[in-house]
Amino acid sequence: MSVQPNAPAGAEPTHFAFDAESEQQIAVILAKYPPERKASGVLPLLYVVQKQMGRQTGSAWIPRVAMDVVAARLEMAPIRVYEVATFYLMFNTKPIGRYHLQVCTTTSCWLRGSDDVTAACKAATGIRAFGETSADGLFTLTEVECLGACANAPILQVDDDYYEDLDGPRTLELIEALKRGERPTPGPTIDRLNSAPAGGRKVLVDDAAHKPQGQE
Amino acid sequence: MVKVTVDGIPVEVPAGSSALQACEAAGKEIPRFCYHERLSVAGNCRMCLVEVSGGRKPVASCGFPIGDGMQIFTDTEVVRRARRAVMEFLLINHPLDCPICDQGGECDLQDQAFGYGADQSRYRENKRAVTDKYLGPLVKTVMTRCIQCTRCIRFSTEIAGVPELGGISRGENLEITNYVEKALTSELSGNLIDICPVGALTSQPYAFTARSWELKRTDSIDVCDAVGTNIVMHARGAAVLRIVPRINDEVNEEWLSDKGRFVVDGFRRRRLDRPWVRVDGKLQPASWQDAFATIATRLKSVPGERIGAIAGDMCDAESMMALKDLMETLGSGNIDCRQDGAKYDTSRRDFYTFNSGITGIEDADALLIVGSIPRQEAPVLNARIRKRFLAAGRGGFPIAMIGAPNADPTYAAEVLGAGPDTLVELADGRLPFADVLKNAKRPMIIVGHGALTRPDGQAIAKACWDLAAQVGAIAPDWHGFNVLHTAASRVAGLDLGLVPAPKGHDVAGMLDGGVDVLWLLGADEFATDRIGPKTFVIYQGHHGDAGAARADVILPGTLYAEKPGTYTNTEGRVQEAFRAIMPPGDAREDWRILRAFSEVVGRKLPYDTIEALRQRMMRASPAFGAAWARCGTSDTAGPQAGMVAMSGGPFHPVIADYYLTHAVCRASPTMETCSGIYVHPANQAAE
Repeated sequence: MSVQPNAPAGAEPTHFAFDAESEQQIAVILAKYPPERKASGVLPLLYVVQKQMGRQTGSAWIPRVAMDVVAARLEMAPIRVYEVATFYLMFNTKPIGRYHLQVCTTTSCWLRGSDDVTAACKAATGIRAFGETSADGLFTLTEVECLGACANAPILQVDDDYYEDLDGPRTLELIEALKRGERPTPGPTIDRLNSAPAGGRKVLVDDAAHKPQGQE
Repeated sequence: MVKVTVDGIPVEVPAGSSALQACEAAGKEIPRFCYHERLSVAGNCRMCLVEVSGGRKPVASCGFPIGDGMQIFTDTEVVRRARRAVMEFLLINHPLDCPICDQGGECDLQDQAFGYGADQSRYRENKRAVTDKYLGPLVKTVMTRCIQCTRCIRFSTEIAGVPELGGISRGENLEITNYVEKALTSELSGNLIDICPVGALTSQPYAFTARSWELKRTDSIDVCDAVGTNIVMHARGAAVLRIVPRINDEVNEEWLSDKGRFVVDGFRRRRLDRPWVRVDGKLQPASWQDAFATIATRLKSVPGERIGAIAGDMCDAESMMALKDLMETLGSGNIDCRQDGAKYDTSRRDFYTFNSGITGIEDADALLIVGSIPRQEAPVLNARIRKRFLAAGRGGFPIAMIGAPNADPTYAAEVLGAGPDTLVELADGRLPFADVLKNAKRPMIIVGHGALTRPDGQAIAKACWDLAAQVGAIAPDWHGFNVLHTAASRVAGLDLGLVPAPKGHDVAGMLDGGVDVLWLLGADEFATDRIGPKTFVIYQGHHGDAGAARADVILPGTLYAEKPGTYTNTEGRVQEAFRAIMPPGDAREDWRILRAFSEVVGRKLPYDTIEALRQRMMRASPAFGAAWARCGTSDTAGPQAGMVAMSGGPFHPVIADYYLTHAVCRASPTMETCSGIYVHPANQAAE
């Protein structure tokens, strides 16, 4: 069944203007394109809008008035901006909670236990289904396709940060921390560096020359 | 030229053609939904699959460039199966509501499903449903039927120049919409109905009115503007139910303005279907004999120079010829076809026609528009300017305007100034655009009625001509001086000499008691309240509008749909329209009314058939016997500058409300609605 990408009535603000921080970012972005091709800047500018909305209202989404502002700034037809903004799922065209919980449920993550992560998210926030926002307005839970970090499956993306190698209890812990207003360090939640083997190196362990500092 | 073989038939097509064009050149019909020869290639419906030699799989022919010696196969088992598969995919979500769909009977999907459709569906899943969108009062949407061919998006972006439609979301959720639930702001939006290959976009006013196979089709000419758009009237019984464009690449390609298309529901409203005579200040129904007798009695005591006649903007050339002949036999030189008071030097035809021709726009390389807003005065011609603008690429077709448009012209146009002063500056070379015109090989100047209807209109025309001559726009092989008319009857009227004789009165002279008897042939667009109180007014026409309200005798005439007629467009192109339906009640063809009346007053006009009348027209103006052709001139002597010297003051738009410019659209509920939504949105909101 088709989705309604438009924001619910009443959510749409009447006005949007870039703040000083956004203007600074826009200047950097638009410098990358020749003036007659500045429409190329539509994707980064929409991100700027989303970030600013997050800063100002605690809900990182893109209202239609803001798309119109982007269209005017880039001298393109507003519909072309609506097309882009609704095409990419990373742009929220409806208001969301302060923390955007994006659970990857594609094969690798699913095999490694994304169902537990989802269940933990629901239990901790009271959300019943994907796409909903919690009653306290803090969390929105979204199901996303592969986040490209399969080596660290399962993944929960909170806003822009990846929390990796999760399981149910660690997910609960993470959400409780978010509720307290903390931002745990992103990355693996188990003993590993990035996507290196858990528990330290597994190969070339005899080679002194390659022995990393601080291990063994 | 490139040689390719299509199903064994060798054809030569221009380099850069697509495989689909090569197949068409070979006479092979390729099924398609998204491809449209006047739009950019999208290649997303996949229906036009063909096999190409050396290719491993079928290719979409619409977007596949041909190479020399290529062999194309359009009718192999692979192709047939591929197309059947594409059709099956399209039908997964397309509803089976053909019996209640207005597109039924003229639907591309329905037709092609006959060739490639399966007899049953293999899908058990639910079909997707899409909410309908609001696109204004003219285009009705049933978006569940949409197959996402994107023709409408490309039409609105490329041809209409109002990029308001788009595809939002993606995949299964893709929807065609304007996102903002606002009426499309185009005067060409009705064409979306024609280009939609399915029943997603259909005509709102025509909804559930008739099935396409019930309709009788008659070729005609649109008279809502002076472009002379070729149209087909679709009639059932005594009523024209809809109007659609007819392809004529030289005039309208395949587009039609919204006014020309949707004015149709004004055809049967507020009609004058019987003669009326004013008795003791009140109009009373009368017979033709009584009406003629009343006029004849009134005329008896009036000398010829106290009789006047005004021809309206939608008249056919035949009735204007008869009117002129009648006035001459009555001894009157007071005749005018210029209700708007426009001024022309009619001594040469190229002083008042669009000499470059509409196709000439595509050859021009610089354009100056003086006192005209083509988007409103001639939307189809405006689309041609936009086409040229897009084809030339960024900055390739510089356009400047004198007189600011009140709406986006749909192309980048530099507004040089507001009035004649700017024209002088341009002629003196004080503006940079003067050099642009000078350096252009084929510069073009369009003079509109915002300039020509001023008291100094003739001086402005002269200044424009001189500027054209000065920049080399008037040459033996190129004529860049163009008058854009707004009245469909105007050029024919000028050709036939419906202008005051020496010492005769023009429209202004006939008002305020300038004449004792005034014959209005479908004339409503002038200050009827300024007709002298003692003037006896005869209104001959089809709609009860301003002219009929003031009339002492009303003679019911015919609409352009109800009579065979000749119309000359702004280029001077003579085109013939045929009768689609019979006139209502006692209404008669206009030239026959004039011919019959001439006999009552004992001054019988010398023609009994329309053929004889057309012979008479050819004698009056050779243009009626000749095929139209673009031609230049080496005679750069300009038109007379007239009595009034050029003065300051800005040009004013000639059209205040695009949707209500003549009596028929004022009788049309659809046009009324459009006017409310597009032109007076504030009033609409208050209601």
